[in-house]
Amino acid sequence: MLLLAFVLAGRGLGVSGAVAYAVAYAVGMRGAAGDDGGSAAGTGTWLLVEVAGLLVGGALSAAAAGRWRGAVERGAATGARARLLTALGGGVLMGVGARLARGCTSGQALTGGAQLSAGGWTFMLALFAGAYLVAFLGPRRLRRQLA
Amino acid sequence: MSPLLVAFGIGVAFGAVLERAGLGDARKLTAQFRLTDLTVFKVMFTAIVTAMLGLVWLERLGVVDTARLAISPTWLLPQAVGGLVFGVGFVAGGYCPGTSCVAAAAGRLDALATLGGIALGTLLFGAALPLLEPLYRATPLGTVTLPEVFGFARGTVVLAVVVAALAAFAAAGRIERRAERR
Repeated sequence: MLLLAFVLAGRGLGVSGAVAYAVAYAVGMRGAAGDDGGSAAGTGTWLLVEVAGLLVGGALSAAAAGRWRGAVERGAATGARARLLTALGGGVLMGVGARLARGCTSGQALTGGAQLSAGGWTFMLALFAGAYLVAFLGPRRLRRQLA
Repeated sequence: MSPLLVAFGIGVAFGAVLERAGLGDARKLTAQFRLTDLTVFKVMFTAIVTAMLGLVWLERLGVVDTARLAISPTWLLPQAVGGLVFGVGFVAGGYCPGTSCVAAAAGRLDALATLGGIALGTLLFGAALPLLEPLYRATPLGTVTLPEVFGFARGTVVLAVVVAALAAFAAAGRIERRAERR
């Protein structure tokens, strides 16, 4: 899949970049997207169309497999509002982190990883370090929110 | 073929593959970090190794000119710090940006909240950029790959990544079986 993107489009995949461009465009703030115009994941319009496809592909696949369900994923001991707030907060951290690193799981870890980019591997290792730190040492309620 | 048509097609395929692999599921995504289900790790590394080997061989066959593929430049410090912050957000959110799109498209409202959070975080970053600028622009190394950093031939590093991935897959299987017994 990732290989197909390299061969057909001459670039890798990117998701957070599309969000960044959408936000930057919506508020007319050029700084929000940072300066990754020359990133391996591609330019604004290309990314936006790719993410539109991502939404369609995800919805179609879920519907076809009977997995489409309007719900808040949460553990038995976690309220819907608490889960939505943590989900939002996690998103904020990822938004900041992805811009700081100039890419997310798809643009840095997957695309950069396959290209053996030093920055891509740095990001991926740091991501796993941060995630395991919280998953093992973070607040118990956060760790149990989906259990 | 129009580049945007290709972009859309690649997006649809990426979304469907992520959903089929079970990566639209916050439980499966975070189980990775609790070491009970290592699907995320296995899917990620399968994709990386497949694309890496594919690029090597397609280049050798003259199908792809990897010199024309853009590689994102390395900014060591901001990418390390960004990765750490991102990893913490991943566990809290339960999704990463790509998988939150897939899960939101499959009806999960918490994934929609995560997507909103990512947009908000991007906005915050933009607003705080004057403050973050020294970190954001620290340690620019340009386009640099692991073989260049370590001074090995590319083939050696490719082989090392494949061997490491195979060993990690075996270890992941063992960790999963142990988690099942618990």
